[in-house]
Amino acid sequence: MELIKPGTNFNFVGNFRRALVFSGLLIVVGALSLTLRGPNYGIDFAGGTLVQVRFKQPTPIDEVRKALAGLELGEASIQDFGGNTNGGSEFLIRVPVKGDHLSDFSAQVTSALESRFGKDSWEIQRIETVGPRVGGELRWRAILAVIAATLMMGIYIWIRFELRFGIGAAAALFHDVLITVGALSLANYEFDLTIVAALLTVVGFSVNDTVIVSDRIRENLRKSRRDPLEKIINRSINETLSRTILTTGTAVLVLLALFFLGGNVINGFAFTLLVGFIIGTYSSIFIASPIVLFLQGTAFARAR
Amino acid sequence: MKASLWYRIVGVIVLLAAAFVYLFPSLTSDLPEWWKRFLPSNKIRLGLDLQGGTHLVLTVDVDKALENVLERTADELRREAGEKQLALAQVQRVDKSIEVKIESPEVRSAFEDFLRDNFPNLAVADSQTRNGVAVFSLKLTNIEERRLREFTVEQALETIRNRIDQFGVTEPIIQRQGSQDIVVQLPGIQDPQRAKALIGRTALLEFKLLAELPDAEAYLSGQKPLPPGIEILTGYGGERVGRRVEKTKYLVESKVLLTGDAIADAQVRPGSQLEGPYVALELTPRGAKQFEEITAANVKRRLAIILDNTVYSAPVIQERIPGGRASITGNFDIKEARDLAIVLRAGALPAPVHIAEERTVGPSLGRDSIRQGLISVIVGGSLVVAFMVVYYKFAGVLADLALILNIIFLMAALSALQATLTLPGIAGIVLTLGMAVDANVLINERIREELRLGRTARAAIEAGYERALPAILDSNITTFLSGLILFQFGAGPIKGFAVTLCIGIVTSVFTAVVGTRIVYDWLLAYRKMERVSI
Repeated sequence: MELIKPGTNFNFVGNFRRALVFSGLLIVVGALSLTLRGPNYGIDFAGGTLVQVRFKQPTPIDEVRKALAGLELGEASIQDFGGNTNGGSEFLIRVPVKGDHLSDFSAQVTSALESRFGKDSWEIQRIETVGPRVGGELRWRAILAVIAATLMMGIYIWIRFELRFGIGAAAALFHDVLITVGALSLANYEFDLTIVAALLTVVGFSVNDTVIVSDRIRENLRKSRRDPLEKIINRSINETLSRTILTTGTAVLVLLALFFLGGNVINGFAFTLLVGFIIGTYSSIFIASPIVLFLQGTAFARAR
Repeated sequence: MKASLWYRIVGVIVLLAAAFVYLFPSLTSDLPEWWKRFLPSNKIRLGLDLQGGTHLVLTVDVDKALENVLERTADELRREAGEKQLALAQVQRVDKSIEVKIESPEVRSAFEDFLRDNFPNLAVADSQTRNGVAVFSLKLTNIEERRLREFTVEQALETIRNRIDQFGVTEPIIQRQGSQDIVVQLPGIQDPQRAKALIGRTALLEFKLLAELPDAEAYLSGQKPLPPGIEILTGYGGERVGRRVEKTKYLVESKVLLTGDAIADAQVRPGSQLEGPYVALELTPRGAKQFEEITAANVKRRLAIILDNTVYSAPVIQERIPGGRASITGNFDIKEARDLAIVLRAGALPAPVHIAEERTVGPSLGRDSIRQGLISVIVGGSLVVAFMVVYYKFAGVLADLALILNIIFLMAALSALQATLTLPGIAGIVLTLGMAVDANVLINERIREELRLGRTARAAIEAGYERALPAILDSNITTFLSGLILFQFGAGPIKGFAVTLCIGIVTSVFTAVVGTRIVYDWLLAYRKMERVSI
């Protein structure tokens, strides 16, 4: 079976401008969503307390609200988490952080639930509490990690190939991260640590494609010194196209499995990877390689 | 050629056997005795998010400890200056310094000598004269402050470790993080709230006298300002008034007569039906002597037993009490009494601790996560396996074999390195499944290209592997690098993901490049393969 017939010759580089407009649009839409709605930080970054409770019997959300009414929880929010797999109910209770130190909200919540529902009809699934200091630190470290990863990829490719390949790769990676973050905001996912882990993985995966294409460009440059660079880049992308589609395809297959079957906790993680991998594949074809071409003849390119 | 092929076959078989040895303990619940004696018997370690448990980051309030030390030092300074007949107008703690006011100029020079001789841990940070009164601002020296901070965190760590040991948790992790944080991990714990209360409690035990003042009501209700040296503390129990519990309030003398340091042992005793269990204290010899003196001097007065500024009981001293025994009552249930005894035995924390981070996962959520993770591994894996066979026929079967081998090696490596498998870690395995075929895709595409150029099977296969290798290595090294950054950045579950990702990269390159090549070489050498099914 062959998806891409040999001799296929799409003009990828020639569509660079159109690709730029398309990418620009995606980035602007994402940035708009981020600025208008504000970043949706999860507990990890915003600080606060999250308690996930499962009731064995179906329980209306108002009952839970009443149980917690006596506590001074401030802007606590209670969210129906669905999960009626065993005929019960599941809720997420969130308490935003107040002041410098955390009061032990999770203890207050559990004792309030205990006094209304008794001890055995419900159980704590998950408690997450992050203090404001930790939250701020984590946010900063997350941003640093993503930037460091992107730069490191660029530098690695610079060493293995040429500076302009590195610049193209780093630009493509920033592009991928920006669009993925925008997509997360549009789909209303919360930013937490697992999302950052997913973003770093996107960086690692997306640079793969760039490496493969660059490797082929270098090989073809050696083979045919006469051809214009544009032609060589186009040929290289076309020659590796089959591999690119296949690898992204298999990765997307398993990610779809993870997205639909992996459960609530892992859902945002799978979504990030799905979007990031697809955008990453697109960017190594339409963004990274054309940049190499456009840096031709500048200080960033080695003379041929 | 044939010899090198057999070396490689033997190598892979040896590795497979080793993998089995590391995996076997995770697959069976009862290992034979001889196995435990000679072979590794560690199971794959599950993260807290899979087996359930609590992860806590506690911040030790070191500043509070420093304030306490300064408060005590100010007391000592006042007392020693008094003994040496040094007339100090005022000694008091102001934030992180002690302010000393001196009126007469002669005392002033004598004071500096006194300070140097008796309090080498204090340094004069500032001195000035206001309206003829010399004001000294004393601070702890830098060395002393650093030592104290270090000591406070170390002691808090030790105390918390003691408490957890006595509470009984299997394989807890208690360690320092950064300058003033302590990380506590309690796997498989059933009642996280109780454990948290036990760990976080300062457990400062104090004995103080109740104040005997006329007009107690007026002081308690705030109508009259409190006289110096007297404070109001709330009681542990109280009276039920409607839905709220009205806590009893006590007027207590601030002077501490005895602290928890004097306790040698604390045990739970079953009490009467009415009072419930109580905690019996046994004092150290020195504590016992002090306790005897205190009781002798204050017969008929009420002695308050105070834990963390809460009055547990305030019995009347009937007579002198020798022998160093005391007890704390308070209508406890048996768990409360047990935890109280633990914290009293383990000692007080040198400073309050605050919870900076908590992540608790209940056991049932952990089980759900494992189940859902397994389902995604199986479904995702099957999809990839099926796709490869459809797309590459025999070469696809080879890639699938490499994939299965890869999973075996990956799990064995996790077990051998005792790395922790977390939920994101499982996601990492799923992801590895999708990405591991990349190397084989690269190789197969190359072989197809070479075949199209009219090469023989042997030449195409050789060229395919050779030409694909640089790209395979480069692309995997970059992913590995991002995995390393992830490992640096993340904590707990994220680290688990980074570890599976990195191990998966190594094993997948090995199985995809070395593993599949063996089969081709064997077919070429012994079956005279002339056409490649790809």
